Amino acid sequence: MDLPKDLFYTENHEWLAVDGDEATIGITEYAQEEMGDVVFVELPEVGEEFEQFDSFGVVESVKAVADVYIPVGGKVIAINEELFDQPELINEEPYDGGWLIKIKITDEDELESLMNHEEYERFLEEVD
Amino acid sequence: MIDFASWEMPLQYSGIINEHLAVRNSAGLFDASHMGEFLFKGRDALDNLQLLVTNNVARLETGQVLYTPMCNEDGGIIDDLLIYRLSAEEYMMVVNAANIEKDYQWIKKHISGDLELEDISGQYALIALQGPESLAILKEISNPQLEELKYYHFLKGRVAGIELIISRTGYTGELGYELYCFPDEAVFLWKELMKAGEKYNLLPAGLGARDTLRLEKKYCLYGNDIDEKRHPLEAGLSWTVDFSKDDFIGKECLLDYQKNGYRQKLIGFKLIDRGMARKGYKIMDKDKIIGEVSSGGYSPILEGSIGLAYVDKEYSEIDKKIDIIIRNKAVKAVIVKTPFV
Repeated sequence: MDLPKDLFYTENHEWLAVDGDEATIGITEYAQEEMGDVVFVELPEVGEEFEQFDSFGVVESVKAVADVYIPVGGKVIAINEELFDQPELINEEPYDGGWLIKIKITDEDELESLMNHEEYERFLEEVD
Repeated sequence: MIDFASWEMPLQYSGIINEHLAVRNSAGLFDASHMGEFLFKGRDALDNLQLLVTNNVARLETGQVLYTPMCNEDGGIIDDLLIYRLSAEEYMMVVNAANIEKDYQWIKKHISGDLELEDISGQYALIALQGPESLAILKEISNPQLEELKYYHFLKGRVAGIELIISRTGYTGELGYELYCFPDEAVFLWKELMKAGEKYNLLPAGLGARDTLRLEKKYCLYGNDIDEKRHPLEAGLSWTVDFSKDDFIGKECLLDYQKNGYRQKLIGFKLIDRGMARKGYKIMDKDKIIGEVSSGGYSPILEGSIGLAYVDKEYSEIDKKIDIIIRNKAVKAVIVKTPFV
């Protein structure tokens, strides 16, 4: 599996792309493949605040319901409203059009607890 | 792969929605070998079956199939199953995989007279070919006169040179056939069917699509929509209970329900708001809990969330708006006519 190199990853298969003190969050290729056809997404409101690893939404496929957890604490500054009509974007473009939310990061030190792509790749080898 | 009643089975091959649409538009191939089969043989086979199940087995001619619940004394559903009349003194019962042992023990305890009961589950593999193109595909590699085979009828014939039972039954609501063959010939049969189906866009389909397909047609799933706490009348299966029969296990209780009524009813609903209803979610009318979802999920044909639920009868009319409680939030839904598609 070719993992994007410039992202952070969690053990719950979320990814995080950092841009200054902001970040975009989604679920990984592995996660979307495990879930199968995504048919529904529940996302927070812009302005809501979450602490690291809080559940911020739900992704549902035909057969499974999965909470998604925020990789670092922050305040929601945007949500991907396109997913309400096209939840399949999560399957088709998990690292791109299938992003879930953008946040303003509360504490950048929390990034240190996340995995880089090499660590996540090793992690995937272990879980499989 | 998932573990289903100790069978390792694929939940999906190419994606549940893709497989679902293949079955509705062309055809899909399912491995249903996990189902259990019992053989009833002897002069008293019919009398015993009449006592065991609620539907009328005497109505069957040889070559015909019957769908029926099997109930306990309280009218609770032990299993829902198919009965094949092989001859006047020989019947095959097809039961749910998770219930094989329970059913067998129950049946053994309640039979008498000239009857041999045998669990032949290990002797049969079951491959289901379902979808509008299933007849055309089957005709490519078989010789019996399949056009004449009517719904809920079967015949013994050859497909790809293999002797088997061809049954015009299924769990998808489409034209379809279930093929009972010997396990060591099943892989060959599967491959021959896939080959014959190539030009019809036949796809292998898993347990996931099996569930979404049956849900759109409101076919009950044992363990979800029916179990020993539910009786056939509230499950909408009164057409499978023949009160004109002399006696059958559960008759007294079911007659009482029919005469004096019962509290809840299985209904179909569609979500109006965004969301996805799942088994176990509570249903409310204003501040009152009026029922619970028994099966829920995504309908690939309607492209929305549908489900089945037991609700108190006074709230069960078509077009009635209800609230489904999803993660502590009330989500609007409406009771609709079934089947959904």
